[in-house]
Amino acid sequence: MFSVVRDLIRYNIEFTIGVMLVGVIVAFSLLSFFSPVDPTAIYTTIPDMPPSGEYWFGTNSRGQDLFWHLAFAFRNTLFFGLTVAVLSRIISITVGLTAGYLGGWADRTLMFFNDIFVAIPIFPILILFYFVLRSDLTMMKLALIMACFGWPFDARLIRSVALGLKHREFTRHAVFAGMSPARIMYEEHLPYVMPIVFSTAMANMIWSIGLEVTLAVLGFTNINVPTVGTALYWANNHSAMVVGVWWWIVIPVVLIVMTFLGLFLLAVSMNEYIDPRSRLRRMGA
Amino acid sequence: MKDYLTFALKRFLQLLAVVFTGISVAFFVSYLSPISPVETIIGRVSGQSAYSPQAIASLRETLTELFGLNVPLHERYFNFLGRLLVGDLGPSLLAFPTPAMKLVMLALPWTVGLLAVSTILTWLIGNILGGLAGYYQNSRLLKAFGVIAIGIQPIPYYIVAFLMVIIFGFLWPVLPISGGFAMNVRPSWSPEFIVSILRHAILPAASLVIVGLGTWFLGMRALVSNIVTEDYVTYAELAGVERRRIVSSYVIRNAMVPQLTALAMALGGIFSGTIITEQVFAYPGLGTLLVRAVNAGDSAVVLAVSCIAVIAVATAIFLIDLIHPLLDPRIKAQ
Repeated sequence: MFSVVRDLIRYNIEFTIGVMLVGVIVAFSLLSFFSPVDPTAIYTTIPDMPPSGEYWFGTNSRGQDLFWHLAFAFRNTLFFGLTVAVLSRIISITVGLTAGYLGGWADRTLMFFNDIFVAIPIFPILILFYFVLRSDLTMMKLALIMACFGWPFDARLIRSVALGLKHREFTRHAVFAGMSPARIMYEEHLPYVMPIVFSTAMANMIWSIGLEVTLAVLGFTNINVPTVGTALYWANNHSAMVVGVWWWIVIPVVLIVMTFLGLFLLAVSMNEYIDPRSRLRRMGA
Repeated sequence: MKDYLTFALKRFLQLLAVVFTGISVAFFVSYLSPISPVETIIGRVSGQSAYSPQAIASLRETLTELFGLNVPLHERYFNFLGRLLVGDLGPSLLAFPTPAMKLVMLALPWTVGLLAVSTILTWLIGNILGGLAGYYQNSRLLKAFGVIAIGIQPIPYYIVAFLMVIIFGFLWPVLPISGGFAMNVRPSWSPEFIVSILRHAILPAASLVIVGLGTWFLGMRALVSNIVTEDYVTYAELAGVERRRIVSSYVIRNAMVPQLTALAMALGGIFSGTIITEQVFAYPGLGTLLVRAVNAGDSAVVLAVSCIAVIAVATAIFLIDLIHPLLDPRIKAQ
């Protein structure tokens, strides 16, 4: 594991940049644990102060110190993305490995549902959920709903790998040694699909955080929980761009773009690492 | 030909399954809604002047029947499916007796137009540039484009649209940033109206194209850079086939097939992006209608938009699947 990371940093500039970008954002969000002010409280400082030595990111029209407010918002957003990624990985690994290894009718049934889920446009469905649940739509519930829709692409990818593994020598040995299908999938096949699981987890986080930001900007989540999306929602609500409080919009947008770019570069470089042809080309062999 | 028909039939059954699942999910989610359309209308009516309790009670009864709420859930579900077949989802609340479906049908052409034009443009430009970048790997210009594509690709739709509004609305106001056509032009087939529609569509379409371009560019570049190492390409080069012909009909054509599959799979996401972009530019399509309906608590319109969205996206995927075997003869056998 360590040597893989070392190789990636040595040969892959994208990976290095990605690690740095995501690292900065994660460190920033972890700072919120040491926040001297309550990041959810409003009117705790002078409103509308531009970035300065005292207020690094300025303050917004609701009297919040943007540095601590955004640190907490990014912590929530990253945690949300991670939750969706973990939950949807569990579904996609289970479906993908089962469909690939068992084959036959199990494969056909699972892929039938898979194709249905791929084709359903999620955004109107999420809005429908907000419409019904209103302020009951907590971050956790939203994460759960999105996890239920975020697995099908990756399940198909994992299945295609599992299909190949099924006919390998070691699988046959495991069968002859009397391993149960469930144990073969989890002990023999799972390690082979882990690189895909990691790289799709990054892509999945981009997807879920992007959707969360979009829903929140429209005001379709619980707007009292600080996230990147709700920060932008309140900025729009106070017409930040028009009244000249530009830092309220520009800073979160720059930070979220850094997050997306970092996650995207990590996903791309891991994908490249998985494909031996492009790995060799990069090493100059 | 017979194989193709079996293939088309199979895909059609799949289309039905997707539509059925999607609208069922939409129906049961909307059933959980605590907002009763009947009470909303009664509140609206009785807020204007005083009515006798009997009048209110009979109004409630009539409205309950009008919205079909006086029967048990399973019956409501079958009623819903039956009425969806004839395109009737009950009256809207936004514009009360107007059927919800009529509002959706008025908004649908705007969304379909914007979505179709921007998706086709994005897909073609992205794939052609990506194909060239994969084949001519030493071109500085295409390399620079690759770096830009990586930078822009992960930015969400909303932020790109928002930046466009700031740039072209406040900093350099040359293009209209809201609406589908100018207020002072009457909708007709006159040249001014068409020009007005086109001018209003530029910014929404441009932001969709900017967001989407990177994905296709990067995907195509990766595919092509693997294809050019294949033996048949080397052979064609050695045999002296013109470079232009190798790129267009040997390399890019082969890489188009997986990209077409990817398009079918990405369509749901692109649709969501279109809805968001419309909302930013106040474009009179499904997205704007949906947000208005949510804010007004109009369950009939929200449900109608969701159903139409599911049907539209599934149909588009079906159509893409149908042209698939024409590009790749191997698929017919499956």
